[in-house]
Amino acid sequence: MSVAPDHSPTFARTSLAERLSRAAPYLLVPVLVVLGFLAIGAPSSWLTLTVSGLAMGMMIFVMASGLTLVFGLMDVINFGHGAFISVGAFVGISVLLALGSWTGAPSLALNVAAVMLAVVAAMIVTGALGWAFERVIVRPVYGAHLKQILVTVGGLIVIEQLIHVVWGPDEIFLTRPETLKGAFTFAGAAIEKYRLLAVVVGLVLFVAMRLVFTRTKIGLIVRAGVQNGEMVEALGYRLRLVFIGVFIAGSALAGLGGVMWGLYQEVITAGMGEEMMILVFIVVIIGGLGSIEGAFIGALLVGLLQNYIAFLEPKLALISNIGLMTAILMWRPQGMMPVVEAK
Amino acid sequence: MLTRLLSGDRPRSLVLTVILLAILGALAFAPFLFPGVRSLETAARICIFIVLVASYDLLLGYTGIVSFAHTMFFGLGAYGVALASDAMGRGWGALAVGTVAGALAAAVLAAVIGMFSLRVRAIFFAMITLAVASAVAVLVSQLSAITGGEDGLNYSIPRELTPAFRLGEVMGVRINGKLLNYYLVFTCCLVLFLVLLRVVNSPFGRVLQAIRENEFRAEAIGYRVVYYRIIATCLSASVAALAGSLFAIWLRYVGPDTTLSFTIMLDILLMVVIGGMGTIYGAVIGAAIFVLAQNYLQTLMGSAAEATAGLPLVPDLLNPDRWLLWLGVLFILSVYFFPTGIVGRLRTGR
Repeated sequence: MSVAPDHSPTFARTSLAERLSRAAPYLLVPVLVVLGFLAIGAPSSWLTLTVSGLAMGMMIFVMASGLTLVFGLMDVINFGHGAFISVGAFVGISVLLALGSWTGAPSLALNVAAVMLAVVAAMIVTGALGWAFERVIVRPVYGAHLKQILVTVGGLIVIEQLIHVVWGPDEIFLTRPETLKGAFTFAGAAIEKYRLLAVVVGLVLFVAMRLVFTRTKIGLIVRAGVQNGEMVEALGYRLRLVFIGVFIAGSALAGLGGVMWGLYQEVITAGMGEEMMILVFIVVIIGGLGSIEGAFIGALLVGLLQNYIAFLEPKLALISNIGLMTAILMWRPQGMMPVVEAK
Repeated sequence: MLTRLLSGDRPRSLVLTVILLAILGALAFAPFLFPGVRSLETAARICIFIVLVASYDLLLGYTGIVSFAHTMFFGLGAYGVALASDAMGRGWGALAVGTVAGALAAAVLAAVIGMFSLRVRAIFFAMITLAVASAVAVLVSQLSAITGGEDGLNYSIPRELTPAFRLGEVMGVRINGKLLNYYLVFTCCLVLFLVLLRVVNSPFGRVLQAIRENEFRAEAIGYRVVYYRIIATCLSASVAALAGSLFAIWLRYVGPDTTLSFTIMLDILLMVVIGGMGTIYGAVIGAAIFVLAQNYLQTLMGSAAEATAGLPLVPDLLNPDRWLLWLGVLFILSVYFFPTGIVGRLRTGR
């Protein structure tokens, strides 16, 4: 009889290279900002571009977060997500236009109240729409990716056309509320007030989302559900209910993103959701499906890169996103921080 | 002989056979049966869309992957011919060079996209093709120095294919270059269609179907799923590019709206689903019904909207501009209730 080999477990410290590779996605944004600074040279234009890039990234993140969670949790890919962006924008802007006397007044309180009302209205409508969408369109095709893609694309078209029916075929121009107009100068750089607001809102949302996911029970269930849904169900949680909740919340966030984007561009069209979907998909792919942090970093990268490139080489801006996606997928084929194992 | 020509994949339903023969006959003798410019345009459009839809079905119906870049490949073929004719002047050489270059470019681009997305998971492919296709569409409309931008390109094709080339009269129909052009399109489309039928009924096509049914099992048997998917993508892309070249030769014009727009992508999707996914014959029926409906139903919608002008909201819904709304509804309903499409119904409904 031979003796069993000694059991000597060791705790190897993770090597520097490994820790670096884990932290690499977080470092990408600062690296990109520094590279942008070196390439642009002029600090004032760099600051302007960085703020507008961050603002754009934050808005894309707001729209993308719902999509990536819905995918992670239930393996449902929703090509109709863009419709919620458009609907949110149209509802929110309609409310703002109806409250013309509030938005026209040079009073911060009235302006903020009008915007808040618009956002709440948009989120309620898109949330309800998301609930209906899940029930009518998505539910019959669980588990079949092919049909999901086809059916949700159909839903996108139908909702977009219904917007045309309700609001007419033309784009709607709007002006921002009085106190959000204009820019102020900081260190020689002109910074639009609204962009700064968008950055703040996006940051607050991201932090709130992280807190919900890391500190609350519902967040725990959602995260566990993304990693291993069957196990969570076996523990007695009704994941379907959680999923519907996430779907509704994701749709409402898309609506919020739509209002923010509409105010940013000062024009809304029924096709805006479809256009934004392209960016949202790129963000979700490079972030890694199912990952909130990945989507956040991806959105910031997309926003910053697009603004820098548009300044440096306007012609290249059209394909900068595709280039970014290609580069990231060559580095990590699953996206930067995939949560869901490839199925 | 006939069975051999059809690669052993006969329609397998009497009604289907009759319909297919009727469509084939109508297309083959279109200039004589339905004289007139508009009907000839419709017939040529049907021919080209049959090939385009069949090539898409190779991807969606047989391999089970969704692509949103099929119009991009279609456009590559069309712009290939347009740019070559523009640069080399009118002539057969330009047409040949443009066609081959377009098909090659489509295959290469499809391979690159496939390698990036298909090796991870098939669902990436849908998203990435959507992103790439929209980037290409924007690029084409922005680079107006090369592509003519939103206005597109007009160019001349060999004189033998234009109405100015006259040969005489048969049965009261003038034989001119336009007619020759139609038969060029028709013949090429027929050949391409038979080639596609051959592909899906070959051992290669069987493997694709196996992958569609159960990817894991196909891999376990020893087929390299990723390779097969990429090859299917390339094949489908180059056939789409060839269809695009034919379209460009027929129209003598290319523009982003006629070749690259997302609306055409939706049309293709709808044609595949209506006709029947996973049957090449479905493409014939889907394309024929859809193109006819598109050409003649929109007029009907317009008159219906006028008739209901007094009612609230109804005329808005029936406005011909809302054509897409009804397409979308039809699309969702057919995915739910007719996943096998018309051909599937006819084949099982005996």
